[in-house]
Amino acid sequence: MFTAMLGEAWHAMGANRMRTFLTMLGMMIGVGAVVMMMAIGEGAQQSIKKSISSMGSNLFIVLSGPPNAGGARSATGNALSLNVKDADAIGELDGIAGVAPTTMGSAQVIYAGNNWNTTIIGTTPSYMEIRDWVIDDGYVFSNSDMRSATRVALVGKTVADNLFGDAIDPVGKTIRIRQSPFMVVGVLNPKGQSLDGRDQDDTIIVPLTTAQRKLFGNQVPGSVRMMMVQAESDKAMPQAEEDINNLLRQRHNIREGSDSDFSVRNLTAIANTAAETTRTMALLLGAIASISLLVGGIGIMNIMLVSVTERTREIGIRMAIGARERDILLQFLLEAFVISIVGCVIGILIGVGGAMLVKNLTGTDAIVTTQSITLAFAVAASVGIFFGFYPARKAARMNPIEALRYQ
Amino acid sequence: MSNVIEVHHIYKDYQTAAGAFPVLKDVNLTIARGDYVAIMGPSGSGKSTFMNILGCLDRPTDGDYLLDGHQVSQLESNALAQLRNKTIGFVFQGFNLLARSSLLDNVALPLVYSGVDKKTRHDKATQVLIKVGLGNYLNSRPSQISGGQQQRVAIARALVNEPRLILADEPTGNLDSKTSEEIMQLFDSLNSEGISIVLVTHETDIAEHAKRQVRFLDGKIVHDSYALSVTAEAS
Repeated sequence: MFTAMLGEAWHAMGANRMRTFLTMLGMMIGVGAVVMMMAIGEGAQQSIKKSISSMGSNLFIVLSGPPNAGGARSATGNALSLNVKDADAIGELDGIAGVAPTTMGSAQVIYAGNNWNTTIIGTTPSYMEIRDWVIDDGYVFSNSDMRSATRVALVGKTVADNLFGDAIDPVGKTIRIRQSPFMVVGVLNPKGQSLDGRDQDDTIIVPLTTAQRKLFGNQVPGSVRMMMVQAESDKAMPQAEEDINNLLRQRHNIREGSDSDFSVRNLTAIANTAAETTRTMALLLGAIASISLLVGGIGIMNIMLVSVTERTREIGIRMAIGARERDILLQFLLEAFVISIVGCVIGILIGVGGAMLVKNLTGTDAIVTTQSITLAFAVAASVGIFFGFYPARKAARMNPIEALRYQ
Repeated sequence: MSNVIEVHHIYKDYQTAAGAFPVLKDVNLTIARGDYVAIMGPSGSGKSTFMNILGCLDRPTDGDYLLDGHQVSQLESNALAQLRNKTIGFVFQGFNLLARSSLLDNVALPLVYSGVDKKTRHDKATQVLIKVGLGNYLNSRPSQISGGQQQRVAIARALVNEPRLILADEPTGNLDSKTSEEIMQLFDSLNSEGISIVLVTHETDIAEHAKRQVRFLDGKIVHDSYALSVTAEAS
């Protein structure tokens, strides 16, 4: 019975090919848009997640210079109010897992005939743990390298590629940073893009002391631009933030009511905000796309109403020879359902194709998940049933005598 | 139970803007199994309404209708649909075939609604199509055959569920006299096999094929060729 009806639905659709196709087109575009938008949203979320996990967890960044009421000042860090002893003191606080005083600058780097301009980070070995950064090849410089300010360097993937190319193993080679020779002791595992879109692998890490004394000079001995601080856990973060503020204000002799000469930022909170924003964007994209699905559904309802009216006489004949109300209902519902399901399947193909196209053309990540396909399918099926129901019921409720008399 | 149809004191009113308009007024009719009845009368005499009630397409405003022993005047629409499916075969003036479907599918359609499986549907539909002389056209469309052949297909469709009763509404109205005669011969032979037939017509030569003629006028039966014998039985 059911298969016979499915056959009839197929038949009826075939009788008006152009009309059926146009109706399906609404569904295809709707489903395609939903799948594609969800893929783009998912891609954005995934890349944010990757950036967040590459950053390290439970992080604060403490910057030299006063915070500005309006947010970050462009010259933050210029005042160099922080120093290595502050970092040691923060390390003593409860709930702090590690501190890495850091100074940064850009420099021209040379190896053989190649040169490259990159960011030099001078820091302590604890930086590697805080950032959860591992070495692919070689080893991390040690605390004794720190004490003796050895000229050793860890190079990021981008730097290694540009200076050495594929053929040469960078470990053990000597590069020149601002004319001083440094020995490469390790190659950093690639981290990819940071939250703000910078290439985190375009960097060289050297011991803090070496950077201070031999690369960037030093106005105030021991001073640093910033510190990376890692809390022991997510829960410890609010208390840790308060403790760092209090400790530094005390150490810097800042009176109550005056501005601090440093600022503490909760990087994890910023990252979470970014993730939240992306999630909202993804939802918004999906929501806008589903409107087209709704429009597709209305298209189905419209065409089914036309079809029911056109086939009034057929409905009368069927009723006369014994079709019950639910047989007629099922017949038209099935027809709407088949249209939306076929449209949906083609729409999914369009959506997947579109997502791949977006990925290839723009380089934006677009990830089609089975979840999004299942969702699109379920929504399309319900749209078909929902919008098919009213016309189908209209057909089922017809008076057989009037239907038979219909010209 | 030897009567296929028993109609007692049936009334039918249509609601119009001007109030209730009576179409059938106290109609009584009993049709025995195997009978062959022609219902005649001018337009507006109520014969179409009466046929609709007999065919379970409509319900009387008042009165009792027993079809094959079942009280149907109070049944709800699903039960009526099943009665139409199992007990009655319809033949219409305009053939009323589904244009998109093959003759085989047209004939098999009532079986779809009685839940018969595909193989049996196919076999039974083929059998009746052969019986009405269209065994060579199983997969043709209605538009590819003549009017007389289309009416044969409609008769085959009416027969496929082995009904007790065939209701034919002006079955020869769209056909020329020669084809009409052929169709009537088909009805005659079906009746001789024991199927009860009620047909509406306004052509006397068609009505002559039936064993009994009933004439409607103004919502009442004014003539019944059996009336004499019925009256005789009653007294």
